[in-house]
Amino acid sequence: MAIIDSRHAAKQLIYERIFRAGTLVAAILVLIILGGVAVSLMRGAWPAARHFGFSFITREIWNPVTDEYGALAPIYGTVVTSLIAMALAVPAGFGIALFLTELCPPLLKRPIGVAVELLAAVPSIIFGIWGLFVLAPVLQRHVQPWLIEHAHSIPGVNKLFMGPPFGIGILTAGFVLAIMVLPFIAATMRDVFDTVPPMLKESGYGLGATTWEVIWNVVVPHSRVGIVGGIMLGLGRALGETMAVTFVIGNAHRISSSLLAPGTTISSSIANEFTEAVGDLYTSSLIALGLLLFLITFTVIAAAQALLRRLEQRVPL
Amino acid sequence: MNRRAYRKAKNAIFLSLSLLATLAGLACLAAILWTLISHGLAGMSWHLFTQMTPPPGNEGGLLNALYGSGVMTLLGILIGSPIGVLAGTYLAEYGRNSRLSTIIRFINDVLLSAPSIIIGLFIYEIVVVKTGHFSAIAGALALAVLAIPVTLRTTEDMLNLVPIGMKDSSAALGAYPWRTIVSVLYPAARSGIVTGLLLAIARISGETAPLLFTALNNQFWSTNLNAPMANLPVVIFQFALSPYKEWQNLAWAGALIITVSILILSISARIILAVLQAERSSGR
Repeated sequence: MAIIDSRHAAKQLIYERIFRAGTLVAAILVLIILGGVAVSLMRGAWPAARHFGFSFITREIWNPVTDEYGALAPIYGTVVTSLIAMALAVPAGFGIALFLTELCPPLLKRPIGVAVELLAAVPSIIFGIWGLFVLAPVLQRHVQPWLIEHAHSIPGVNKLFMGPPFGIGILTAGFVLAIMVLPFIAATMRDVFDTVPPMLKESGYGLGATTWEVIWNVVVPHSRVGIVGGIMLGLGRALGETMAVTFVIGNAHRISSSLLAPGTTISSSIANEFTEAVGDLYTSSLIALGLLLFLITFTVIAAAQALLRRLEQRVPL
Repeated sequence: MNRRAYRKAKNAIFLSLSLLATLAGLACLAAILWTLISHGLAGMSWHLFTQMTPPPGNEGGLLNALYGSGVMTLLGILIGSPIGVLAGTYLAEYGRNSRLSTIIRFINDVLLSAPSIIIGLFIYEIVVVKTGHFSAIAGALALAVLAIPVTLRTTEDMLNLVPIGMKDSSAALGAYPWRTIVSVLYPAARSGIVTGLLLAIARISGETAPLLFTALNNQFWSTNLNAPMANLPVVIFQFALSPYKEWQNLAWAGALIITVSILILSISARIILAVLQAERSSGR
C-alpha cells in the first residue's frame, strides 16, 4: 500500500509541475504577445523612422510616387473623427446609462440592456457598409446642406462646414464611430451607476430632490472616476476602429478645415494601402503609422483601465 | 413656487433627453438590422452555398469565402482558446494575488480593447514577412491572438465563481491542485468556459482588419492553409466597394449571414450566462 502510494504520489507531483508550468507559460504568453507587437512594429517602422526622422509626424505630404511620407493627415483625421464621435456618444451613452439605471421599468431593463450590448457585437464592417449605403446618403441630402446653409454666416464655424456635401468624409466617419462606441460607453457607465449605494440616492430623494437632481448631485459625483474611465475606453475604441471608418472617410491624405471634406485616419490608411504598397519605404511608413496608433491607443486604454480598476470595475466584454 | 416649477421642468427635460438617447440607440440597431435584412434577403439563394465568388459582372456564390471563414475561425479558436483557458486558470488558481498576475490581468484587458488592425500588422511582420507569402495560417494566427483575451477573461471569472467548498473538499481528499482543477473546477465551470468560447468565436468571425494582410483573399476554392484563402469579411469589403451590382448583392447577403450568426452566438452566450448567474444566486 505504502509503495503504491508513494509511486502514485510521485507521478501526481510530476503532473502537477507540468500543469502548473503550462498555465504559467500560457499566462506569460500574454505579456510576450504585447511585447512582440511593440518590437515587431518598431522593427518594421525603423526604415521610415531613419529616413524621415521626427518630421514624419509633422508633415502632411503623402506621395507614393516621390516616396515621401508624413503622418500628419492621418493623425489629424484619427483625432478629429474620434473627437466628433465622443462629442456625440458621451452624452448619448450617459443618457442610456441613466435610463437603464434610474428610469427604466424593471421589466424592460434586461431586453434594452441586451439590445445595447448586441449593438456592440455587430462587426465593424457591417457599420461600414451601413454607413456608406444608408447613413452617408441621408447626411448628404438632409443634414449636410442644412449645416452648410446655417453655418455660413457664423464666422469661424463656417470654416468647419464648407464645400459641397460629399456624404462621405470626416463628419460621417465621426457619426459612424459614435454609433459604434455608444454601447461601450453606455455599458460601462451603467455598471458604474449600479454601484452607487441606494442609501445615498434615497437620502437625496428624502430631502425632496427631483430625479435629475439626485442624478446630477449624487450619482454623477459618486461615479466620476468610472465615467471618465468609460469615456476613455470608448475613445480607445474610436481611435483604433478600422473597417467602419475605411468605408466612409473618403481616403484623402490632406487636412481640410471643413469637416465635410474627405480625409483619412491612421487605421484606414493602413487598411486601404498596405497590400498595394510597393517599395520598402512605403510599407515601412504604413507600419510606422501602425506604431503611432499602437502608442496612442495603448496610452488611452491603459489610462482607462487604471481608472476603472480603482473602482474594481473592468472592461465590459 | 416659481423655483419649484423650474426644477420640475429641468427634471422633465433631462429625463426626456435620456429617454430620447435610449430610443436613438435602439433605432440605430433597428436601422442596421433592417438594412441588412432588406438588402440581404434579396441576395439570398442556394447559389450562395454552392458556388464560388464570381469574376466581376457574373452571378455566383460565397462558398469559398464561407469555407475559408469557417476554417480560419475554427483554427483561431483551436489555437487561441487553450492558451486563454490555461492562462485564465493560472490567474484564478495558481497566481491569484501575485504581482505577475496583476500585470497580466492589466495587459490582457488592454489587448481586449486594442485595435485589431495592429494585431494584423504584428502577424504580417512575424509570419507573412518570414514565410514570404500571405496564408490562411497567418490569418488563423491573427484571429487566435484576438481570441486569447476573451477566453482568458471569461475562464478566470468563471473559475472564481466556483464555490470554494468544492475546491476545499477536493484538497481534503489529498488531490493535487491540477487534479482539483481538471476534475472539479473545470466541470463546475464548464458552461461558463463554453460561453467564453462562444463570445470569442463571435468576436473573431466578423473581424476584417487583421485578415486584410494576413490571409488576404482568394477568388477560387482553396483548402491549402499555406496559401491565401478567401474569407467572408474581406470578400464583403471588396465586393461592397465595387461598382458591380452582382458583387454588391453578394456583399449584402454575406453581411446578413455574418451578422445573424454573430448575433445568435452572442445571444446564446448571454442566455447561458444569465442561467448560470440565476443558479449561483439561488444559493446552490
